[in-house]
Amino acid sequence: MNSINRRTFLKGTVAGSVLAVAASAGLLTPTRVLAAAWPAAAFDAKTIDEALKGLYGTSTAADSKAITIKAPIQAENGAVVPIAVSTSLPGVESIAIFVQANERPLIASVALSGAEGYFSARMKMGKTSDVKVIVKSGGKLHTASQQIKVTVGGCGG
Amino acid sequence: MARETKIRTRTQEGAVEVLVLVNHPMETGMRKDKGSGKVIPAQCIQELNVELNGKPMASASLGIGVSENPLLGFRTKAAKNGDKLKISWKDNKGETGTAEAVVDA
Repeated sequence: MNSINRRTFLKGTVAGSVLAVAASAGLLTPTRVLAAAWPAAAFDAKTIDEALKGLYGTSTAADSKAITIKAPIQAENGAVVPIAVSTSLPGVESIAIFVQANERPLIASVALSGAEGYFSARMKMGKTSDVKVIVKSGGKLHTASQQIKVTVGGCGG
Repeated sequence: MARETKIRTRTQEGAVEVLVLVNHPMETGMRKDKGSGKVIPAQCIQELNVELNGKPMASASLGIGVSENPLLGFRTKAAKNGDKLKISWKDNKGETGTAEAVVDA
Protein backbone atom coordinates (compact mmCIF):
# COMPACT_ATOMS: atom_id res chain seq x y z
CA MET A 1 0.00 0.00 0.00
CA ASN A 2 2.74 2.30 1.03
CA SER A 3 4.75 1.68 -2.12
CA ILE A 4 1.70 2.34 -4.34
CA ASN A 5 1.16 5.66 -2.67
CA ARG A 6 4.78 6.49 -3.18
CA ARG A 7 4.53 5.61 -6.89
CA THR A 8 1.48 7.79 -7.53
CA PHE A 9 3.09 10.56 -5.57
CA LEU A 10 6.25 10.35 -7.67
CA LYS A 11 4.26 10.24 -10.90
CA GLY A 12 2.39 13.34 -9.87
CA THR A 13 5.49 15.34 -9.12
CA VAL A 14 7.22 14.33 -12.34
CA ALA A 15 4.21 15.29 -14.46
CA GLY A 16 3.88 18.53 -12.54
CA SER A 17 7.49 19.50 -13.04
CA VAL A 18 7.32 18.73 -16.78
CA LEU A 19 4.36 21.08 -17.06
CA ALA A 20 6.19 23.73 -15.11
CA VAL A 21 9.21 23.46 -17.41
CA ALA A 22 6.99 23.66 -20.48
CA ALA A 23 5.19 26.69 -19.10
CA SER A 24 8.40 28.48 -18.18
CA ALA A 25 9.82 27.85 -21.64
CA GLY A 26 6.77 29.59 -23.06
CA LEU A 27 5.54 26.39 -24.69
CA LEU A 28 2.02 26.70 -23.37
CA THR A 29 1.22 30.22 -24.53
CA PRO A 30 -1.49 30.34 -27.23
CA THR A 31 0.85 31.33 -30.05
CA ARG A 32 3.10 28.36 -29.36
CA VAL A 33 0.15 26.00 -29.43
CA LEU A 34 -0.84 27.36 -32.84
CA ALA A 35 2.67 26.90 -34.18
CA ALA A 36 3.27 23.64 -32.27
CA ALA A 37 7.04 23.76 -32.74
CA TRP A 38 9.48 24.66 -35.45
CA PRO A 39 9.27 21.57 -37.72
CA ALA A 40 12.98 20.82 -37.93
CA ALA A 41 12.54 17.64 -39.98
CA ALA A 42 10.64 19.51 -42.69
CA PHE A 43 13.13 22.38 -42.84
CA ASP A 44 16.13 20.00 -42.95
CA ALA A 45 14.56 17.89 -45.72
CA LYS A 46 16.39 17.93 -49.05
CA THR A 47 13.39 17.21 -51.27
CA ILE A 48 9.93 18.73 -51.42
CA ASP A 49 8.31 15.33 -50.82
CA GLU A 50 10.29 14.82 -47.62
CA ALA A 51 9.51 18.33 -46.47
CA LEU A 52 5.81 17.82 -47.19
CA LYS A 53 5.78 14.60 -45.17
CA GLY A 54 7.50 16.42 -42.31
CA LEU A 55 4.91 19.19 -42.37
CA TYR A 56 1.64 17.44 -43.16
CA GLY A 57 2.43 13.71 -43.00
CA THR A 58 1.57 13.28 -46.68
CA SER A 59 3.05 14.47 -49.95
CA THR A 60 -0.06 14.37 -52.11
CA ALA A 61 -1.69 17.66 -53.02
CA ALA A 62 -4.27 18.56 -55.66
CA ASP A 63 -3.50 21.19 -58.29
CA SER A 64 -5.60 24.27 -57.76
CA LYS A 65 -6.35 27.25 -59.93
CA ALA A 66 -7.53 29.21 -56.89
CA ILE A 67 -3.93 29.91 -55.83
CA THR A 68 -2.15 32.92 -57.29
CA ILE A 69 1.63 33.22 -57.15
CA LYS A 70 2.95 36.71 -57.72
CA ALA A 71 6.65 36.49 -58.43
CA PRO A 72 9.02 37.62 -61.17
CA ILE A 73 9.44 35.27 -64.15
CA GLN A 74 13.09 36.20 -64.17
CA ALA A 75 14.88 37.23 -60.98
CA GLU A 76 18.04 39.27 -61.37
CA ASN A 77 19.31 38.61 -57.87
CA GLY A 78 18.72 35.15 -56.42
CA ALA A 79 19.45 36.40 -52.90
CA VAL A 80 16.26 38.44 -52.83
CA VAL A 81 13.34 37.08 -54.83
CA PRO A 82 10.02 38.62 -53.87
CA ILE A 83 7.03 36.30 -53.78
CA ALA A 84 3.42 36.84 -52.78
CA VAL A 85 0.88 34.05 -52.52
CA SER A 86 -2.83 34.65 -52.40
CA THR A 87 -5.73 32.28 -52.64
CA SER A 88 -9.49 32.46 -52.88
CA LEU A 89 -9.86 29.08 -51.18
CA PRO A 90 -12.05 29.30 -48.07
CA GLY A 91 -10.80 28.57 -44.56
CA VAL A 92 -7.09 28.66 -45.24
CA GLU A 93 -5.18 26.99 -42.41
CA SER A 94 -1.64 27.31 -43.68
CA ILE A 95 0.52 28.37 -46.61
CA ALA A 96 3.94 26.90 -47.38
CA ILE A 97 6.50 27.89 -50.01
CA PHE A 98 9.09 25.53 -51.54
CA VAL A 99 11.92 26.06 -54.02
CA GLN A 100 12.60 22.78 -55.84
CA ALA A 101 16.28 23.29 -56.64
CA ASN A 102 17.38 24.70 -53.29
CA GLU A 103 19.51 22.59 -50.96
CA ARG A 104 16.70 22.99 -48.39
CA PRO A 105 13.49 23.38 -50.42
CA LEU A 106 11.19 24.54 -47.62
CA ILE A 107 11.31 28.32 -47.42
CA ALA A 108 8.54 29.08 -45.00
CA SER A 109 5.33 27.67 -43.60
CA VAL A 110 2.72 29.97 -42.16
CA ALA A 111 -0.20 28.98 -39.95
CA LEU A 112 -3.09 31.40 -40.27
CA SER A 113 -5.98 32.03 -37.90
CA GLY A 114 -8.31 34.86 -38.68
CA ALA A 115 -6.06 36.12 -41.45
CA GLU A 116 -6.74 36.17 -45.19
CA GLY A 117 -5.22 33.53 -47.46
CA TYR A 118 -2.22 35.67 -48.23
CA PHE A 119 1.49 35.61 -47.48
CA SER A 120 4.41 37.48 -48.96
CA ALA A 121 8.14 37.20 -48.35
CA ARG A 122 11.52 37.53 -50.00
CA MET A 123 13.45 34.32 -50.55
CA LYS A 124 16.83 33.02 -51.67
CA MET A 125 17.16 30.90 -54.79
CA GLY A 126 20.33 29.04 -55.73
CA LYS A 127 19.41 28.68 -59.40
CA THR A 128 16.52 28.64 -61.84
CA SER A 129 13.82 26.47 -60.34
CA ASP A 130 10.15 25.71 -59.96
CA VAL A 131 8.57 27.31 -56.95
CA LYS A 132 5.80 25.30 -55.36
CA VAL A 133 3.15 26.62 -53.03
CA ILE A 134 1.00 24.46 -50.79
CA VAL A 135 -2.20 25.81 -49.30
CA LYS A 136 -3.99 23.80 -46.64
CA SER A 137 -7.68 24.54 -46.55
CA GLY A 138 -10.50 22.47 -45.13
CA GLY A 139 -7.99 19.76 -44.14
CA LYS A 140 -6.91 19.28 -47.78
CA LEU A 141 -3.72 20.24 -49.54
CA HIS A 142 -3.83 22.37 -52.67
CA THR A 143 -0.85 23.25 -54.79
CA ALA A 144 0.32 25.56 -57.55
CA SER A 145 3.75 26.19 -59.03
CA GLN A 146 5.65 28.61 -61.20
CA GLN A 147 9.13 28.63 -62.66
CA ILE A 148 11.44 31.48 -61.74
CA LYS A 149 14.61 32.01 -63.77
CA VAL A 150 17.61 33.16 -61.76
CA THR A 151 20.58 34.84 -63.37
CA VAL A 152 22.76 35.25 -60.26
CA GLY A 153 22.41 32.61 -57.53
CA GLY A 154 21.67 33.64 -53.97
CA CYS A 155 22.90 30.66 -51.98
CA GLY A 156 26.52 30.41 -50.98
CA GLY A 157 29.11 33.04 -51.77
CA MET B 1 22.62 42.73 -30.02
CA ALA B 2 19.36 44.41 -30.49
CA ARG B 3 17.76 43.96 -33.85
CA GLU B 4 15.19 46.31 -35.23
CA THR B 5 11.72 44.99 -35.94
CA LYS B 6 9.50 47.29 -37.94
CA ILE B 7 5.76 47.04 -38.58
CA ARG B 8 3.84 48.87 -41.28
CA THR B 9 0.17 48.57 -42.19
CA ARG B 10 -1.65 49.56 -45.34
CA THR B 11 -4.92 48.83 -47.11
CA GLN B 12 -4.51 46.38 -49.95
CA GLU B 13 -7.33 44.82 -51.99
CA GLY B 14 -9.94 45.43 -49.30
CA ALA B 15 -7.88 43.98 -46.48
CA VAL B 16 -5.37 45.33 -44.02
CA GLU B 17 -1.88 44.27 -44.98
CA VAL B 18 0.65 43.95 -42.19
CA LEU B 19 4.27 44.21 -43.32
CA VAL B 20 6.98 43.08 -40.94
CA LEU B 21 10.64 43.87 -41.48
CA VAL B 22 13.26 42.37 -39.18
CA ASN B 23 16.86 43.42 -39.33
CA HIS B 24 18.45 39.96 -39.20
CA PRO B 25 21.31 38.27 -41.15
CA MET B 26 19.43 34.95 -41.82
CA GLU B 27 22.78 33.16 -42.09
CA THR B 28 22.30 29.71 -43.65
CA GLY B 29 25.23 27.88 -42.10
CA MET B 30 26.28 26.78 -45.59
CA ARG B 31 28.38 29.78 -46.58
CA LYS B 32 32.11 29.88 -46.03
CA ASP B 33 34.10 32.89 -44.95
CA LYS B 34 36.21 33.74 -48.00
CA GLY B 35 39.24 34.73 -45.91
CA SER B 36 39.52 31.85 -43.44
CA GLY B 37 37.55 29.20 -45.34
CA LYS B 38 35.58 28.46 -42.18
CA VAL B 39 31.85 27.84 -42.32
CA ILE B 40 29.85 30.77 -41.02
CA PRO B 41 27.53 29.36 -38.32
CA ALA B 42 23.81 29.41 -39.05
CA GLN B 43 21.69 32.09 -37.50
CA CYS B 44 18.18 32.46 -38.78
CA ILE B 45 14.73 33.29 -37.48
CA GLN B 46 12.68 30.14 -36.96
CA GLU B 47 9.41 31.44 -35.59
CA LEU B 48 7.63 34.72 -36.10
CA ASN B 49 4.22 35.33 -34.58
CA VAL B 50 1.71 38.05 -35.36
CA GLU B 51 -0.92 38.92 -32.77
CA LEU B 52 -3.90 41.15 -33.36
CA ASN B 53 -5.44 42.57 -30.17
CA GLY B 54 -3.70 39.85 -28.15
CA LYS B 55 -5.03 36.99 -30.31
CA PRO B 56 -2.75 35.00 -32.65
CA MET B 57 -3.39 35.91 -36.27
CA ALA B 58 -0.50 34.27 -38.09
CA SER B 59 2.45 32.18 -37.09
CA ALA B 60 5.28 31.79 -39.56
CA SER B 61 7.94 29.07 -39.42
CA LEU B 62 10.87 30.26 -41.47
CA GLY B 63 13.75 28.32 -42.98
CA ILE B 64 17.17 29.35 -44.22
CA GLY B 65 15.68 30.07 -47.65
CA VAL B 66 14.23 33.35 -46.44
CA SER B 67 16.31 36.34 -47.50
CA GLU B 68 18.45 38.50 -45.24
CA ASN B 69 16.39 41.13 -43.40
CA PRO B 70 13.10 39.28 -43.89
CA LEU B 71 10.12 41.27 -45.11
CA LEU B 72 6.94 39.34 -44.49
CA GLY B 73 3.42 40.30 -45.46
CA PHE B 74 0.13 39.13 -43.95
CA ARG B 75 -3.42 40.25 -44.66
CA THR B 76 -6.50 40.32 -42.51
CA LYS B 77 -10.00 41.70 -42.78
CA ALA B 78 -10.53 41.52 -39.03
CA ALA B 79 -8.35 44.55 -38.27
CA LYS B 80 -9.46 48.16 -38.12
CA ASN B 81 -7.61 51.37 -37.43
CA GLY B 82 -6.45 51.64 -33.83
CA ASP B 83 -6.22 47.87 -33.30
CA LYS B 84 -3.07 46.63 -31.63
CA LEU B 85 -0.50 44.49 -33.41
CA LYS B 86 2.31 42.61 -31.76
CA ILE B 87 5.13 40.79 -33.49
CA SER B 88 7.50 38.43 -31.72
CA TRP B 89 10.23 36.28 -33.21
CA LYS B 90 12.90 33.85 -32.14
CA ASP B 91 15.99 32.56 -33.95
CA ASN B 92 17.95 29.30 -33.70
CA LYS B 93 20.42 30.86 -31.27
CA GLY B 94 17.65 31.84 -28.89
CA GLU B 95 17.76 35.51 -29.78
CA THR B 96 14.33 37.13 -29.67
CA GLY B 97 12.68 40.35 -30.69
CA THR B 98 9.30 42.00 -30.30
CA ALA B 99 7.59 45.03 -31.73
CA GLU B 100 4.20 46.61 -31.24
CA ALA B 101 2.19 48.94 -33.41
CA VAL B 102 -1.33 50.18 -33.99
CA VAL B 103 -3.14 49.54 -37.23
CA ASP B 104 -3.15 52.66 -39.42
CA ALA B 105 -4.18 51.55 -42.86
